[in-house]
Amino acid sequence: MTAAYIEDFKSLSSNGASLEPKWLRDVRREGIERFAALGFPTPRNEDWHFTSVAPISEAVFNPLRSEAGRIARSTLDPFTFGQSDWPRLVFVNGRYHVGLSTLNMPGAKEGLRVRDLHTVLHEEPALAMNMLGKISPVGDRAFTALNAALMVDGAVVIIPAGFESAVPIHLVFLSDANAAKGVSHLRNLIFAGQHSKATVIESYVSLGDSHYFTNAVTEVSVEAGATLTHYKIQRESQRAFHVHTIDAKQERDSHYVSFSFATGAALSRTNIYTNLAGEGCGATLNGLYMADDEQHVDHQTNIVHAQPNCFSREIYKGILSGSAHGVFNGKVYVHPIAQKTDGKQTNNNLLLSEHARIDTKPQLEIYADDVRCTHGATVGRLDEMALFYMKSRGVSADKATRLLTYAFAADVLETIEVEAVRAELERATLERFTGASTAE
Amino acid sequence: MGGSIETLVNREYQYGFVTDIEAETIPRGLDEKTVRLISAKKNEPQWLLDWRLKAYNRWTTMLEPHWSNVSYAPIDYQNVIYFSAPKPKKQLGSLDEVDPKLREMYGKLGISLDEQKRMNNVAVDVVMDSVSVGTSFKAELSKLGIIFCSMGEAVREHPELVRKYLGSVVPHSDNFFAALNSAVFSDGSFVYVPKGVRCPMELSTYFRINAEGTGQFERTLIIADEGAYVSYLEGCTAPKRDTNQLHAAVVELVALKDATIKYSTVQNWFAGDENGEGGIFNFVTKRGKCAGENSKISWTQVETGSAITWKYPSVILLGDNSVGEFYSVAVVNNHQQADTGTKMTHIGRNTRSTIVSKGISAGEGNNSYRGQVKVMPKAAFARNYTQCDSMLIGNRCGAHTFPYIEVQNQSATVEHEASTSKIGEDQIFYLTQRGISKENAVSMIVAGFCKDVFKELPMEFALEAQQLLGITLEGSVG
Repeated sequence: MTAAYIEDFKSLSSNGASLEPKWLRDVRREGIERFAALGFPTPRNEDWHFTSVAPISEAVFNPLRSEAGRIARSTLDPFTFGQSDWPRLVFVNGRYHVGLSTLNMPGAKEGLRVRDLHTVLHEEPALAMNMLGKISPVGDRAFTALNAALMVDGAVVIIPAGFESAVPIHLVFLSDANAAKGVSHLRNLIFAGQHSKATVIESYVSLGDSHYFTNAVTEVSVEAGATLTHYKIQRESQRAFHVHTIDAKQERDSHYVSFSFATGAALSRTNIYTNLAGEGCGATLNGLYMADDEQHVDHQTNIVHAQPNCFSREIYKGILSGSAHGVFNGKVYVHPIAQKTDGKQTNNNLLLSEHARIDTKPQLEIYADDVRCTHGATVGRLDEMALFYMKSRGVSADKATRLLTYAFAADVLETIEVEAVRAELERATLERFTGASTAE
Repeated sequence: MGGSIETLVNREYQYGFVTDIEAETIPRGLDEKTVRLISAKKNEPQWLLDWRLKAYNRWTTMLEPHWSNVSYAPIDYQNVIYFSAPKPKKQLGSLDEVDPKLREMYGKLGISLDEQKRMNNVAVDVVMDSVSVGTSFKAELSKLGIIFCSMGEAVREHPELVRKYLGSVVPHSDNFFAALNSAVFSDGSFVYVPKGVRCPMELSTYFRINAEGTGQFERTLIIADEGAYVSYLEGCTAPKRDTNQLHAAVVELVALKDATIKYSTVQNWFAGDENGEGGIFNFVTKRGKCAGENSKISWTQVETGSAITWKYPSVILLGDNSVGEFYSVAVVNNHQQADTGTKMTHIGRNTRSTIVSKGISAGEGNNSYRGQVKVMPKAAFARNYTQCDSMLIGNRCGAHTFPYIEVQNQSATVEHEASTSKIGEDQIFYLTQRGISKENAVSMIVAGFCKDVFKELPMEFALEAQQLLGITLEGSVG
């Protein structure tokens, strides 16, 4: 339904967007033109070979305009990791929600800015001008093009040079029953200034089982010497569609640490692309996806080593049951000048049921010689020996299976450094596989 | 290290001579008439002509694929000679009657037919340009019921077998190059090993492109009937020319119940000069079908030649408990490009596959491993192990890995690991401090790197392969 989105664009341009600065109107126009030219990707497109977006392209989603009604602060509790004092920006059905967000940001004095994009574009567009569309080029990406054309809101996080944030900054994107049949094109901008150190968490969560579509793009700039930890937690409704592209650009000696946790949505696709554009950078990309029933969960990562002396580490794990379909596509690209690159990539998958399916494609493209790059991928069942061992110790077969499945996942969850987040995700995983919320 | 490797890698291609043998060629270009002409020249039956025409018509509707990680100037399919045969003076009765010039040429290649006959237990079929020029050991093989002859002869004498199996693994419509081959293939080898027979010697074919401007389109078909075993080797060379020549072969293997086929290739087509001029485009479709239970197909390849190598010897694991193997060493130097790997399609229960791929890139070469492991829903307890390692020598070359793992059965176990690294400086240091020259150290390390694959080759070939690797890469040290 490409035409419906072009209509959305027309109505947006005549209604609100016409007052926007020229550069922004140019971004939007380029977006809609590219989208009209590209259309939705088909499985003939190598990047979408295993994921059909027909459920998204064939449905009609209306742009979500007004924010939801009153939402009690306590409804957010399941998603806040029990941390009420973390600076928080909350978006309900694609629009910033003042009432649920933290207004007095700690660190504001030092220059930390955490605002919503809609306000930024209206009040101080210059803040967004140097980033928006610069790190996530439209290129051949239909969903990013669509987002560029139709974005309305999102988060802008500016971490000043030298600033070290003691607590994570939490961005919550909540959908409730009012999101039904709607689409939100969220655009987030994260700027980590030189030698800064911070953690930003993006949570995509739902209060019901609405059928909606989230099309998000996050642009991340990690300046020289900065360390940015960026967690993405996707627990959308089981009937939702979720497409999210994260583009990071790293300057010298910076470190970008990413974790993607995905359990929600009927169909989800997360793209995490990082460009190590300066010398001495590091990138750590980890993730865990768990899917059940008819869920389709797709991750695509691309680590571009453009400069020498950088390292990258990547571990993605997947657990698939029911008739779920998992897809992992990880690429490590090493430019000719990127000597002394050290790259390691691993993807492990566990198939728990007869109809579960996984397609994994780890790729190395290497044009420099003095490098050390490895990748590995496995698909399998639980270790028979380990199961036997546990059974011989009196643990029931069922429980042994659950514990071992949890252990498989816990391994990668342990890489999460923020204790509260790790504990919550471990709890959620444990609950999923053992039915109990604490280990015995 | 750079210096010594540079000198070593710049060794000349020693098989680059042209043999002046009168050849019968047809005019350049391809249309339906060409297909009819080739078929008529070979006195083929109507069904085969029909099949060729079907393939030709299909080919005209197909587009040349461009998804691989190689680049080359467009091929003008109308500027290729589709048939060239050494002019026969008379009907050949035995190998001894082969044109002495030809025999001299094969002598230069190190495969003197006489010698082969005398010392090695290897039966050789020789294919020059497009036509088989002689098969040795035929009589001895026929005592066991083994058929080993040229494809042309097989069409004449065993049409029922050819008709049954030709195109059964690689259909005429399979892909662009397979369709082209099906339309214009001129010769190749045919092997049939009857039930329960273990072929007592290695069967071997040497392919040689001689005439200028010709494309070589041979077609090989090997059938191992129930419980049979056969090991087959092929080697390839071509003269040095500054234009690219197209080689689009098709190899089909059929292993019935309990049968085993071992197929080894040492490919040393002319790779082009150090500026990337000339060389063979080696666009080959090779596929085996483990049709019966407990059957096994094993591919081993050593790819050192060709300007571009683009092939994926594959195995369809249809029978329960069948086994597929792929062992590959691919070396690229100068401007060579290789996009090679395998496809293992697990359909039957308890099917197993092993993939070991070693890629070496030097000069400005680009080497890609592209492999697919597919486990279908019925392939319970399928097992795959894949290992691909790449070694980089010099900073202008590239090594890439594109594995596709598609699993639709939960009881399957699939493992893939890959590594890419530069030749180990600590290893070189260790060897040199033991008094081994740098040159020898490098060759030892490379030989060690490839050992897992070389040990799969029959002994006669393993030696040759090591030497070839030496010529392509580092000198004559084996």
